[in-house]
Amino acid sequence: MNSHPTSQHDSGLVVEGLTVVTDERGTPVVEDISFAVPAGQVMGLVGESGSGKSTVGVALLGLARQGLRIAAGRVCIDGVDILSLQGKSLQDARGRLVAYVPQDPISGLNPALSVGRQLREAIAIHRDTVRAGETIRGRVRQLMDEVGLPSTDAFLSSYPHQMSGGQQQRVAIAMAFSCRPRVIVLDEPTTGLDVTTQRRVLNTVRELTAEHNVTSVYVSHDLAVVAQLADQTAVLYAGRLVERARTAAIFRGARHPYTVGLLKAVPSPARSEILVGIEGRPPRPGRWPHGCPFADRCASVVEQCREELPVLRDLGDTESHEVRCFRPEPPLSVAHAKEPVPILPGHPQPILAVRSLVACYGPREVLRDITFDVEKGRCTAVVGQSGSGKTTLARSLVGLHQAWAGDVSFAGAGLGPDPRRRTKEQRRTLQYVFQNPYSSLNPRMTVRENLEEPLRYFYPQLSRRERAEKVHDVLATVALSTAYTERMPHQLSGGERQRVAVGRALIVDPEVMVCDEITSALDVSVQALLVEQLRRLQVERGLSMLFITHNLAVVRSIAQEVVVLCDGVIVEHGPVDQVLDHPTHAYTQQLLADLPSAEGDNTAA
Amino acid sequence: MIETLQIASASTQFKGQAAHPIRSLVGSRVLAGAVSVFVISIIVYAATLVLPGDAATAILGQQATPERLAALRTQLHLDQSPVTGYLSWVTSALHGDFGTSLTQRLSVWDLAGPRLANSMVLIALTAIISTILGVVLGMWAAARRDSWIDHSLSVTALVASALPEFVIAVFVVMLFGVTVFAWFPAVSILPQGELIWDEPVKLVLPVLALVIVVTPYVFRMFRASLIEALNSDYVEVATLKGASTPRLLLGHAVPNALATTIQVVGLNLLYLAGGIALVETVFQYPGIGLALVAAITDRDVPMIQFLVVLLSVAYVLLNIVTDLAVLLVTPRKRLPR
Amino acid sequence: MTTTTIGPNSAEGTAPPAKQRGSVRRILQGALATRRGQVGLALTVLVVGFAFIGPFVPSRSPVEFSGVPYSLPGNGAGLLGTDALGRDVFARLLDGGWSLLLLATISTVAAVLVGTVAGVVAAYRGRRTELFIMRSVDIMLAIPQLVFVLLIVSVIGAKVWLLVLAVTLCQAPQVARVMYAASQDICERDFVKAVALWGMAPRTVIRRHVMPSLTTPLAVETGLRLSFSIILISGINFLGFGTKPPNPSWGVMVNENRLGLATNYWGVLAPAIMLAILAVGTNVFADALARIAFGGGESEETPAVAGLELAKS
Repeated sequence: MNSHPTSQHDSGLVVEGLTVVTDERGTPVVEDISFAVPAGQVMGLVGESGSGKSTVGVALLGLARQGLRIAAGRVCIDGVDILSLQGKSLQDARGRLVAYVPQDPISGLNPALSVGRQLREAIAIHRDTVRAGETIRGRVRQLMDEVGLPSTDAFLSSYPHQMSGGQQQRVAIAMAFSCRPRVIVLDEPTTGLDVTTQRRVLNTVRELTAEHNVTSVYVSHDLAVVAQLADQTAVLYAGRLVERARTAAIFRGARHPYTVGLLKAVPSPARSEILVGIEGRPPRPGRWPHGCPFADRCASVVEQCREELPVLRDLGDTESHEVRCFRPEPPLSVAHAKEPVPILPGHPQPILAVRSLVACYGPREVLRDITFDVEKGRCTAVVGQSGSGKTTLARSLVGLHQAWAGDVSFAGAGLGPDPRRRTKEQRRTLQYVFQNPYSSLNPRMTVRENLEEPLRYFYPQLSRRERAEKVHDVLATVALSTAYTERMPHQLSGGERQRVAVGRALIVDPEVMVCDEITSALDVSVQALLVEQLRRLQVERGLSMLFITHNLAVVRSIAQEVVVLCDGVIVEHGPVDQVLDHPTHAYTQQLLADLPSAEGDNTAA
Repeated sequence: MIETLQIASASTQFKGQAAHPIRSLVGSRVLAGAVSVFVISIIVYAATLVLPGDAATAILGQQATPERLAALRTQLHLDQSPVTGYLSWVTSALHGDFGTSLTQRLSVWDLAGPRLANSMVLIALTAIISTILGVVLGMWAAARRDSWIDHSLSVTALVASALPEFVIAVFVVMLFGVTVFAWFPAVSILPQGELIWDEPVKLVLPVLALVIVVTPYVFRMFRASLIEALNSDYVEVATLKGASTPRLLLGHAVPNALATTIQVVGLNLLYLAGGIALVETVFQYPGIGLALVAAITDRDVPMIQFLVVLLSVAYVLLNIVTDLAVLLVTPRKRLPR
Repeated sequence: MTTTTIGPNSAEGTAPPAKQRGSVRRILQGALATRRGQVGLALTVLVVGFAFIGPFVPSRSPVEFSGVPYSLPGNGAGLLGTDALGRDVFARLLDGGWSLLLLATISTVAAVLVGTVAGVVAAYRGRRTELFIMRSVDIMLAIPQLVFVLLIVSVIGAKVWLLVLAVTLCQAPQVARVMYAASQDICERDFVKAVALWGMAPRTVIRRHVMPSLTTPLAVETGLRLSFSIILISGINFLGFGTKPPNPSWGVMVNENRLGLATNYWGVLAPAIMLAILAVGTNVFADALARIAFGGGESEETPAVAGLELAKS
């Protein structure tokens, strides 16, 4: 057996038994979190929504958010237990010993203060870290150079809203590194950044941690990024660690059924694979079951799993690999986790043909000369980063955006910009699913009423019973039980709501469904469920789809054709396999190179 | 009671960012304000035309003799068609001639001028005191959130903000002017020609009443904005930088709480421009509000016209100043991306 | 900037805190569960009950001479003494509330109806209709409320229906502004766009999809408007307009008995207290409603800020 990660290290980060509970009733939100990170290394903390990873992140700085408190545990950095500090000594440790980079840069920076002022403040709070002969402003300039931002007075006196997301995040990173802390906690700092900016930010982080020998904890839901960046990876589920090992061991040999499930759900840009999601939801704090929290969703569950909570056991032979499970899976590698997508036979005709489409926002042209086809029974993906115009394209075709011109034909007939001029038939057969699951359903109507609404409009002659039948059928199609019919949207999770939204689009038997970034707001396991459902629909019903996304990897699991957009023009298009395996345009190549992959850097065995 | 939700100008126009926010704001506001004043002046002028019967007859009543009627008609421009009448009224106003009061044989300006000064003193003092008090108490309550101090201050503010201002004024008079602590004069009547700073003690109770009316709004808004700022992500990030509570409060929360607080102070002043009549009536304070009420009671048309338009102009100017101030403290709106 | 507005983690699995929560029934129940709501409602009901039952309570005549003016209570001068003209204060108190409440209620309902229609139509129609309606609202809001009502009432006469009309005209723009902002927010939501995309007629969209989500701000705004109407009308009564003497009204009583403050303050104090309790009660209840509707539980004063946010479009 190998040595357990105990407090033998003086440097690095050692966390033991960290537990955070609610203030009011002491309900545990995260429980018994223990891990150790040697100095200079990166620990990736992976979890989906509700896992508690953000709570762990701030707890490492001794902070409990509103309504919570840290009930137990030690967080030792350089021999100092952060959780034992209070008041002034805690304030002193924050920023100096351990620092934090927030998830959302625009809300993490004060909009009323200039960035220079906020940077100087970070240093001024720990004035003693400024060495003799150095000034605060001098240190700020040095930091700006380190993160690759201009150190001019003009830049420093500007405000956060005047910068791009990438710049904001680099300011936040500079603030965190300003007092040369020993440990840095990064809470999903690249959420919302496009792929290329993300890569630059990650590189900055990597360089700085190496240069200053800083230990990092990188909290994320994005497995690919963690695979790329972290030396060790820990998986969090329902407030507890379920698996922890070196990154390579996790991604090449996952043991816990949940981790295995994640690996089966994470899309890969290198292969066209069928994604497998995980049905159900994790239990919320206060509803943790007696035994293993994953029992309800686990394929290999036995009696014992529901009765007792498994403890973390070390299963590794040469090195530590902890798993919290009674029935761990045989090691699964992400490279072999999934089945390939079957190739669809036939050469179908185009059902939606777009020729030379131009779209504007006011005086600005956002789309130029867009030409492509969506074939019957096939899915065409439109991929682009923010600002590429992909959402405008989707909205234009559907009629949500009307300032466009071009030759668009749908099922043989022309399609104009104004949806009111289109025929009812056209409006019925071209359906749209919105990105945001939280606002696409009427909050005052039940699921059933939401689903019936398009029926009432397009098929007013249907009787109540006929409508109920259709609702029943469509719920089955999107794999939601009939128990959902009388629920209100706010009782559903994001993934469930999105499925209802898809159901609402399907219930009127459309020919083409336009999906506008419908999985961007969803966890990876939920995304996998939805994507796979859509793929099956496509095969079974011959549904044609236009799938808009910024995530190049997911494209391979659903689309046959792909269109790559950059700054309003199509830079490359063609069959998915061809474009992604052998990209010809520089932009596509750059995009693929910048894309983190779950088989990335640190997963080499 | 003051309309916290009434932002007479704030942002129906203000979507998105202009290249020169300040310039475009001032421009659009001045334009909108001019239109408002124009419309109001028309309404005011039309009101006199709508008086049942002939306006002149209605005013003179029993004392109507043919000569007086004719003179009055000329004075009120009633001998001309409505449009020309309106225009001549406006022209003379722009030349500084606002007409003569019908009830007192002085020019409107001579009568209203000192009243205006008195009211402005009242409003200015109220604004300063209530702002300082509201800000200080608001900060105290936000820093000691959910403590008994916070709760008692908040409840007091809620009750005080709910009371009609004339009720507050009456209670103030009763407590401090008449019964319990009869330290101050219950009424603030001044001899003709004197201004309020000749007898400052008569200022105390009216200011006290108005401060009680206005402060709760400033307090609530400042406290709410501070708490919202303290709950924000950027304050959490600053906390994790190791910032102390005073620094978080003063350096981070306050700059973000200024915008809404300025709006509330502006709102209150706006309200006072119109509602001051009630408090002035209770104290018989010689200000514009009382003058307006008297003018309306006496049907002193030139006076009414002048005062109403004056109040509207003040309203508009105050709106513009408030919006400008908010713009100045909100870098997000002030500077383009 | 980015297209992903919600990351999978920004809400940790739960819905983002809804800015408006629940139907009218739910916020009423929620408000009544808080102490604030209970106190507010109790106070309001107390005064409303007094005002409407008062006229039926046997007492002396409220309009006839009953004793020496400004006599103190007792000695045959009634429960609260006599007022400036020798009438029984208590009797006048019993009779002085119902007209105020009735007028306030009518003008509130009228203002809410007019304002809601204006605001919703402006938000949904957009472009020229919106411009026209909201510009008019801005202009009307530029006129000081009290002054406006005084003007109308003085010029045409203190007719009751005119008072109601004037107060309605004062309050309606306010309601329009708030409902406009709320409607805009709703109309921007995807679920409304979805049904509009199918080609549903605007009227149907408003009726089936926009209005149901507006009930919450509507309820809160109605509560606020009611308290403002009460205060505005009593203020106008105080200044001497709006009621025909010798009918009693609490606002008028406060003014007409002011000179006798030193002798018998009950003539002023009693109606003032009534008005105070009513005002505080309605306001506290409206505040409790707003808290439940917009509070979301976190910040205590979120309704104050949210209200401000709502009023800005």
